[in-house]
Amino acid sequence: MASNNGDVKLIGAWASPYVMRPRIALNVKSVEYEFLQEQFGSKSELLLKSNPVHKKIPVLLHNGKPICESSIIVEYIDEVWSSGPSILPSDPYDRAVARFWAAYLDEKNVRGAAAASSEEAKNAAVDQLKEGMALLEGAYVEISKGKDFFGGEKIGFIDIAFGSMLAWLRALQVMLGGVKLLDEEKTPGLCKWAAKFSADPAVKDVLPETEKIIEFAKLLVAKIKAAAASS
Amino acid sequence: IKEPIISLLSLTLPTESLYIRISRPCFLSPNRKLKISSFYSVFFHFFSQHFSALAMASNNGDVKLIGAWASPYVMRPRIALNVKSVEYEFLQEQFGSKSELLLKSNPVHKKIPVLLHNGKPICESSIIVEYIDEVWSSGPSILPSDPYDRAVARFWAAYLDEKWFPNVRGAAAASSEEAKNAAVDQLKEGMALLEGAYVEISKGKDFFGGEKIGFIDIAFGSMLAWLRALQVMLGGVKLLDEEKTPGLCKWAAKFSADPAVKDVLPETEKIIEFAKLLVAKIKAAAASS
Repeated sequence: MASNNGDVKLIGAWASPYVMRPRIALNVKSVEYEFLQEQFGSKSELLLKSNPVHKKIPVLLHNGKPICESSIIVEYIDEVWSSGPSILPSDPYDRAVARFWAAYLDEKNVRGAAAASSEEAKNAAVDQLKEGMALLEGAYVEISKGKDFFGGEKIGFIDIAFGSMLAWLRALQVMLGGVKLLDEEKTPGLCKWAAKFSADPAVKDVLPETEKIIEFAKLLVAKIKAAAASS
Repeated sequence: IKEPIISLLSLTLPTESLYIRISRPCFLSPNRKLKISSFYSVFFHFFSQHFSALAMASNNGDVKLIGAWASPYVMRPRIALNVKSVEYEFLQEQFGSKSELLLKSNPVHKKIPVLLHNGKPICESSIIVEYIDEVWSSGPSILPSDPYDRAVARFWAAYLDEKWFPNVRGAAAASSEEAKNAAVDQLKEGMALLEGAYVEISKGKDFFGGEKIGFIDIAFGSMLAWLRALQVMLGGVKLLDEEKTPGLCKWAAKFSADPAVKDVLPETEKIIEFAKLLVAKIKAAAASS
């Protein structure tokens, strides 16, 4: 079985939501892989060789061939291990909708609010995030059609793209003093969805605990501010 | 009797159905019955040709594309639809304003292109191209079939959008000489990367997609008019460089001449004119913010 899947390695780091995406996808397909974790603050030779263009994680190495960019990796996993549960929907329109929301999530990310230097910048970032949450709540209601997940009965492409961000989302809420992004009143659907997603077998060993992310975020914010100060 | 009927048929019907007509076995006696049955056959065939033409159009459904002639992102789905020989209605936005239809169809980003297929909107140029490839799967393939090749194709399309094209706009709209040079340097680095990718992926064929244009060709080729315009506007800077990017120079000529492309890619002069308008708009917006 292992040799049927070929040699599967993933270069990444436990705290990166982008890395969580292929990890969840490989779990959905029950594919075993070697998780090669990067040291925080430095980039391995293997990473630089495997992703010379962007020098970023995640990188999937399948039989030595590198695949880069988290959403592209997830699509690759879905196509190669096509006998496992599908990650993308089968209908072309639904696939386009799934890709749309994954792209949306990548454009509007969470780091801005965490690393904002001024109160003003922070509030602006939080407002944008809240608008985004409202949009995603609407998308969830429309796309899930009463089922648990964006993907229906089981987790799919949007679930993975968005759900991989949950640990950071929860951490941000704490770090910003209790700001509600997942809001029982404003985003009730997403609150239920978040709980179900976090408990999914393919997810629960991948999504880190909120406290661990808060610790890590402090390190990361310090690094970003140092880089901004020295540039 | 047969000859005049056959010549009448050849006037009214396409050659294909004429062949079918002649080859169809006739169980009727030669003379009178052939004349009458032929009349009805002509009528039926004429009607069925029209009916099947209508059926063909409705097989594709109602296809509209909201966009603008100058946008490279809009050129992508236009080229893709041409590859699939799908007819569509091109709804062009007025420069400087956004139509009700666009705002309704793409409320999240309010951007072109938007494909409307049977009224349902599909947004984001690369997503639209993949949709076109999947819906009209009987036409020539745009994405490769192998999963690894598909991942590589998607990688380069994403690279062009995230890293490369922002530098084109940056170089065009840069206010200082320094900013302009920085953007141009980054573009040249990008061109070197893309030359390497082209050599590796085309494997000696004309296109990234091999014998015919594919996903990367469309993603990158849609930018050629802007690339050429930028070279002129920056006083002859060479991005497509016979010495440094010989593969891409050949590729660019072949791509531009492709039947699916040649009516879509605007002339460089038209883009230069349009770019002046756009740069003025960007600078005005920056000044007022």
